Amino acid sequence: MADGSVAEVKQALADVGYLADEPAALVSFLAQQLGKPVLVEGPAGVGKTELAKALSRATGRELVRLQCYEGLDEAKAMYEWNYRKQLLRIQAGGEAGWEDVQEDIFSTEFLLERPLMQAIASPEPVVLLIDEIDKTDQEFEAMLLELLSDFQITIPELGRIEATTMPIVVLTSNDSRELTEALKRRCLYLWLDYPELEREMEIVRLHTPELSETLARKLVEVIRMVRGLDLKKPPSIAESIDWARSLLLMGAEDIDRETFTQSMSIIVKHRTDIDLVAERVGVKLADPLRTEG
Amino acid sequence: MAAKLLGFCEELRGEGVAVGTSELLDAFAALGHVDWTSRADFREALAATIAKSQDDRRVLELLFDRYFFRTAEAEAVQRGVTEHAEGGPQAGEGERFDMDELSEAIREAIAAGDEDAMRDLARLAISAFGRGEGSGVVGVDVQRIRRTLGLTAGTQPPAADGSERPPIDRDQLTGFERHLRRELERDLIERTETLPPSRPLAELDRALPTSPTQDLAAVHRAVSQMKRRLATLGHEQRGRKKGQHVDVRRTMRASLETGGVPLRLRYRPKRPRRPEIYVLCDVSTSVTSASVFFLSVLHALHDSFRKLRSFVFIERISEVTDVFEHERDFAVIAQKISSEGGVADVSGYTDYGRVWLEFLTEISEDLDPRSTVIVLGDARTNGREPHAEVFAKVAEKAGRLFWLNPEPKLYWNYGDSVMAAYERYCDGAFECWTTQHLENFVNVVAGAAPAAE
Repeated sequence: MADGSVAEVKQALADVGYLADEPAALVSFLAQQLGKPVLVEGPAGVGKTELAKALSRATGRELVRLQCYEGLDEAKAMYEWNYRKQLLRIQAGGEAGWEDVQEDIFSTEFLLERPLMQAIASPEPVVLLIDEIDKTDQEFEAMLLELLSDFQITIPELGRIEATTMPIVVLTSNDSRELTEALKRRCLYLWLDYPELEREMEIVRLHTPELSETLARKLVEVIRMVRGLDLKKPPSIAESIDWARSLLLMGAEDIDRETFTQSMSIIVKHRTDIDLVAERVGVKLADPLRTEG
Repeated sequence: MAAKLLGFCEELRGEGVAVGTSELLDAFAALGHVDWTSRADFREALAATIAKSQDDRRVLELLFDRYFFRTAEAEAVQRGVTEHAEGGPQAGEGERFDMDELSEAIREAIAAGDEDAMRDLARLAISAFGRGEGSGVVGVDVQRIRRTLGLTAGTQPPAADGSERPPIDRDQLTGFERHLRRELERDLIERTETLPPSRPLAELDRALPTSPTQDLAAVHRAVSQMKRRLATLGHEQRGRKKGQHVDVRRTMRASLETGGVPLRLRYRPKRPRRPEIYVLCDVSTSVTSASVFFLSVLHALHDSFRKLRSFVFIERISEVTDVFEHERDFAVIAQKISSEGGVADVSGYTDYGRVWLEFLTEISEDLDPRSTVIVLGDARTNGREPHAEVFAKVAEKAGRLFWLNPEPKLYWNYGDSVMAAYERYCDGAFECWTTQHLENFVNVVAGAAPAAE
């Protein structure tokens, strides 16, 4: 990716199919210039993870992904000693002195690299995605601090491993808990929200170019109407794209009440939500179809 | 410029945004990479490096306008530029705006969706009406200006020369009103030299979910966190302190890896005990606004805990565990409780003393050191006997007792609130009127676990 200006970054992202808004483009640009991790927050399904993937495509870097979950520990995130192999080594080399063996079994050969280690040790620059950081415990966040500020990992037996190349680090969070100040301090902050009508339409059209413009507009308008309701899970961008695709498959010419009820389950995924949406939005669609106003 | 930016950060700190040196350095580094002449880029760069949450961001945007706007104003005054007639000697020079022309220009800008033009015109319109002459209430002024300009949504009356004018839809008009509002707010900031109370406002936005399911979801999240914390509370410590049982079978099995030498001892896992929770929830009129919130907490708790018994009380106490267990829909539950609870006697005023007595007689046998009691209420006894000694007995029998009060701490012990009498028997008393507080409570409970054991 050319890293000359914000506009170029935006263009590069658009070329790989991610339409970033101004703040997103600017923060991606700054992340590369300053070499700082980016913390992306926002509701589910606004393209936080997709931003990291797009960055990796746009820069031609490999994407290393660490999916966080409750109970994730450093053995699964950073590195682990391959103790079975170590045992084998001890048993196989019976006559070697203790000193040799000890030095030997704590070498990189017996180290199992996990995503964070991979990202640091990689000879090629990578994009490191730490997904849903809010799912982990605070202790895990603390462990990340060394990595995020200095791009290095300390292994007691081996010493410090520093990054040879500067990875682009993207952390995503669904805002399900407050992250620690220390973590935030080390990151650039980006809040992604549901896109504006025009931009969402562009996104939908980008992914389903066959869809006619009027239908796309109608679709996005309905989606926005649905988001405006009090739902347990409002439809995400990915779901509007899915819906657009299925409308194509169904050969729908327009979104009327019938097509809507048939395909509603693609965008709404809770029983109570479905009732609510059918009641509020379905009724509106029953009118003789409004042309775009 | 550096000095200005530092001044800006000073102000941010004053508004409670934590701006550290590292953020400042980042901001400077970031500004080295973006175009300074672009207002949007400049602001975004600052926002990305300095504001680390949505709330911070809001404050930053408000301040950004005020700070850099005022700098511009100050310069304007220095150079003797007067933008508007300010009443007084220099008023004579003030431009007089032609209302019709202005209104026409605004229509055009709205139709074209030109944000910059709309902003300028909004300022012009405010100037035309005279700064500082408004009612002082921004919302009122916005509407007053809009009406005088004859701007309405829908089809527009034909222009003076008889040509058709494009209709303005509601969204576009709202867009212009937003500009007006912003400019008026800035004007207000200018005159009063103070920032609108952004923090309390943000609090209010999030306070007391009154019904929306979205907020219910937030409560559920906080409670599911609480579940994890309560379920694992203190077990690690106990496991380490007290003797564990060696699991011979698993030790032998593990020794196979090391050639039959039992290098590692395997222990029998300690079964985490199930927390038993009793929740008492005040549903009287004094906490009406809070009780929806509390009921949703109860609702969420029932989702998370099996061994949970819930009670609602006003003058008497009534167990509602069944209602929650048989009904999934929150709205139905709320309705059932109000109709079948049978907790109000005559007056409808809370009688805490009586509630404790009833609670104790009803379930004193079930309370043991493993149980946690959570009280949700405002501790307003309406002048009745608080029976703190009975409450003390409850506290003694239960392992832990927490009190969540829907009133800000400031109001505790004022009027008929007897919080102090109860507070000393609690393992913790917290104010709790937003989901934020609830999360806070969860955190404190987790942190204070060993002490409470």
